[in-house]
Amino acid sequence: MGKKLLLANDHIPGIQSYQVYRQHGGYASVEKALKTMKPEEVLEEVKKSGLRGRGGAGFPTGMKWSFLAKPEGVPRYLVCNADESEPGTFKDRYLMSRIPHILVEGMITSSYALGAHTSYIYIRGEYYYVAQILEKAISEAYANGWLGKNIQGSGYDLDLYVQVGGGAYICGEETALLESLEGKRGNPRIKPPFPAIAGLYGCPTVVNNVETISAVVPIVNGGGDAYAAIGVGKSTGTKLISASGHINKPGVYEIEMGITVEDFIYSDEYCGGIINGKKLKAVVAGGSSVPVLPADLIITTAAGEKRLMTYESLADGGFATGTMLGSGGFIVMDEDTSIVENLHTFARFYHHESCGQCSPCREGTGWMEKIIHKILDGHGTLEDVDLLWEIQKKIEGNTICPLGDAAAWPVASAIRHFRAEFEEYVKNSSQIKKIRHYDLINH
Amino acid sequence: MSTSKEIKFSNEALELVAKMISRYPEGKQKSALLPVLHLAQAEFDGWLSPEVMDYVAELLSIQPIEVYEVASFYSMFNLKPVGKCLLEVCRTSSCWLRGANEIVEHIEKKLGIKEGETTPDGMFTLKTVECLGSCGTAPMMMCGAQFHENLTFQKVDSILDQLKSEGKRKTYLDDVTVNHY
Repeated sequence: MGKKLLLANDHIPGIQSYQVYRQHGGYASVEKALKTMKPEEVLEEVKKSGLRGRGGAGFPTGMKWSFLAKPEGVPRYLVCNADESEPGTFKDRYLMSRIPHILVEGMITSSYALGAHTSYIYIRGEYYYVAQILEKAISEAYANGWLGKNIQGSGYDLDLYVQVGGGAYICGEETALLESLEGKRGNPRIKPPFPAIAGLYGCPTVVNNVETISAVVPIVNGGGDAYAAIGVGKSTGTKLISASGHINKPGVYEIEMGITVEDFIYSDEYCGGIINGKKLKAVVAGGSSVPVLPADLIITTAAGEKRLMTYESLADGGFATGTMLGSGGFIVMDEDTSIVENLHTFARFYHHESCGQCSPCREGTGWMEKIIHKILDGHGTLEDVDLLWEIQKKIEGNTICPLGDAAAWPVASAIRHFRAEFEEYVKNSSQIKKIRHYDLINH
Repeated sequence: MSTSKEIKFSNEALELVAKMISRYPEGKQKSALLPVLHLAQAEFDGWLSPEVMDYVAELLSIQPIEVYEVASFYSMFNLKPVGKCLLEVCRTSSCWLRGANEIVEHIEKKLGIKEGETTPDGMFTLKTVECLGSCGTAPMMMCGAQFHENLTFQKVDSILDQLKSEGKRKTYLDDVTVNHY
């Protein structure tokens, strides 16, 4: 059994409540930080831990925190990104609904480190019921002196609020999230300036994912070095993986970074193998945006080494033969899965979720969806596959935010590794079962 | 369909709006727009008419266009009337892999409507949506604030029967009370 830091107490009945959470060591990181550490010392532990952003980008958290501008007399904000919307990802929902206080605790300790006195948790609107769980946890934290004025007699003040979104994937992009938190459309901002300089209401702001902020709790409790001792190389600590698709045991697993992908898929401790004993065909390892890999390349790298569940190992080989850990949204497909049809669900998703600000993304995502639909519907040509490749290339790198890249990579990787399957649809168009004609007008 | 009742929040809702606004710095009351729109949608028959949006603009001291542009941007705000129970079935990758299309077809058959349509009695509207973060418990659908997970045809049938017998409007705010704020 691997070490668990976030879900260690997940099995304890009533852990959702303040009393039980507190009985099991809850809020110790706040006590330790506020009573025995300076804010800079908390930051130092986070740097030492090697913690990297768990939302998908994997940027070192300590470094992100150290970029925060600290002009006199200007408020600073910590905003938690709980807009979890990357297809295949549901770890944050799991963590927040099972152990809401770990996020509240992490928000307090992190806000203290950053010198923020007002912090927000921005949660996607569809998680309304989870927002209610958080509201309850926050009111319990206020009632017990962990929030508000002069927390536990330390002299530190903090207010923490939940804000619900309205259903828009783009708001997971940090500047779009800030726009949304200001009551606007979720259009990403042009950077620079980065939020660390001008974020919420133009003030210095740090935006971190739910899992990232929660990880600050064990880091402060046990020390950054102990956290960094888990894992391999620059992939330190534990990671929540959302496992779904054709596996026997879908769910959220906290893994120590560095277990093999093969073990994760087949061992009974995790996914428990493929449903009905089928063969593995492909995996999307880090949420819909990352390149899909065929079975052989996900189990071993092109160089023939066992692939590990780490940022580096999953990326080994670049996009030619590798992928990314991303958000840890691990989607498994069995031998009977149509890669093209699965891709259609992704293409439709990105078309629906493009904010419309940049032409390559607004227009390109629509064309990609339509062309894949055409191929699936039996009207495709070999030129269409080339056109699809051209379109994704023209989106990648040409947009304000990474949604364009996220829309391009699944298309590029599907063609790169499964081109024959596209061609099969083109050549055997008469045998293709008609796919559902979703109402395109609704997009 | 237009609502005949006067467009004004209940006192309880107004109290909630005040609490929502108090969460943001002075002069930044526009930040409360999304939560207030959710509240408005729950209060006024599950959708946002132009009149309701104008009322929200007035409440937050912002221009109506600032409300329209936001309401039309986010998927959860309905700009047309919907049935009492809006069934939102996820169909993205993981749900598709576990049979979401078949679930949609089953609901269509059972209710006699196509996706995007409302039953003649105004009870159900069927909508397909993009990933709701329930991939490990796929296929799933949402109705009001509730996630219905690991769906089977049988489970769908009993959910629909239950909703119909209750006959109540389901909103995202079903369990929200002032006390939570």
